[in-house]
Amino acid sequence: MEENKFEEVFESKLAKNEMVEPKDWMPENYRKHLIRQISQHAHSEIVGMLPEGNWITRAPSLRAKVVLLAKVQDEGGHGLYLYTAAETLGVSRDELLNNLHTGKAKYSSIFNYPTLTWADIGAVGWLVDGAAIMNQVMLQRTSYGPYARAMVRICKEESFHQRQGFEIMTHLAFGTADQKAMAQDALNRWWYPTMMMFGPPDSESPNSENALKWRIKRETNDQLRQKFVNQTVPQVEYLGLTVPDKNLKWNESKKGYDYSEPDWVEFKNVISGNGPCNKQRLLARNKAHKEGAWVREAAQAFARKRKEVYEAA
Amino acid sequence: MSDNQGPVWEIFLQKKAGQPFVHCGSLHAFDKEMALQNARDLYTRRGEGVSIWAVPSNAIVASSPEDIGPFFEPANDKVYRHPTFYQIPDAIGHM
Repeated sequence: MEENKFEEVFESKLAKNEMVEPKDWMPENYRKHLIRQISQHAHSEIVGMLPEGNWITRAPSLRAKVVLLAKVQDEGGHGLYLYTAAETLGVSRDELLNNLHTGKAKYSSIFNYPTLTWADIGAVGWLVDGAAIMNQVMLQRTSYGPYARAMVRICKEESFHQRQGFEIMTHLAFGTADQKAMAQDALNRWWYPTMMMFGPPDSESPNSENALKWRIKRETNDQLRQKFVNQTVPQVEYLGLTVPDKNLKWNESKKGYDYSEPDWVEFKNVISGNGPCNKQRLLARNKAHKEGAWVREAAQAFARKRKEVYEAA
Repeated sequence: MSDNQGPVWEIFLQKKAGQPFVHCGSLHAFDKEMALQNARDLYTRRGEGVSIWAVPSNAIVASSPEDIGPFFEPANDKVYRHPTFYQIPDAIGHM
């Protein structure tokens, strides 16, 4: 009886496009869905620092280096905003990190691909952040307040990420023949993994139905993917590069491009741990966490000691 | 497995001198100094503020969603608390 009344209030909130806040009653599955989605999002930001961090020491100029450092620092910040948003749902930071480190939690499949050349840093900023922004713009209106607020902050900060990536691509695409080839090679390798970032096709997406019903998501995977293709193809043309898809063609009737689906078998493989860099990424995260333990212990001991001195005085 | 991340703090930022402090998010820190420094690094990377309040989350007292009715409704029928309730003669103009 009580439960039904709470559920009514919850449903009417969603119907009125109002936000759900941490202390509001919510169905257990809504809470679980959010914890899974927000923590995966947070893990993606944190693991996403690794492929780009790979190039900080080898950035081709001091300007490129400070830009990349600022971007990677932002990703770390975004991970922290998202972890605290997830924690408002009653899960602890320790639990969340432990799920990442043991491989129990997932993160975006895209970060399991290697950044082989400097052009990859351009492609990651331009394509990967471009795709992420498309998803995150939608999530600014997600139904859970703390998640939506974190997204607003993240979107504000991310807009420079995509631009810096595109700037790298323009330098290479309008540079020497070798540089242009390097840009094309990066586009060839990142195009399909980026397309996978929006998730499986709507017909095979197990979590989509609830996410849409609860207004956690407001657009489907396929809708976002189509939007991304429509937005990106003119940018590829501007660069004088070619999308690695023979079936790519403007379709006047749907006012959008027809395109080939990415290889969903590869997607499943990478998600389940068999991508080119999965092991390396998890090892790096575990190592950083373990080697940082003494800092946390020292900070904790220092705080405890200071408190004792303060209380004794 | 469990290794402490420190307690949670709520962070409030003042954008410019004279403006109110607004909640911008939370973070983990072991003590006051660390809370301030972490808040600086996490929430003001682009000059978003000139002053920070860091408050231990467990020190915050919050109203409950279930109490919205009894807690806030008494204000709804007191229209005489608003200036629009009163008629001012046209001859007086702005008041």
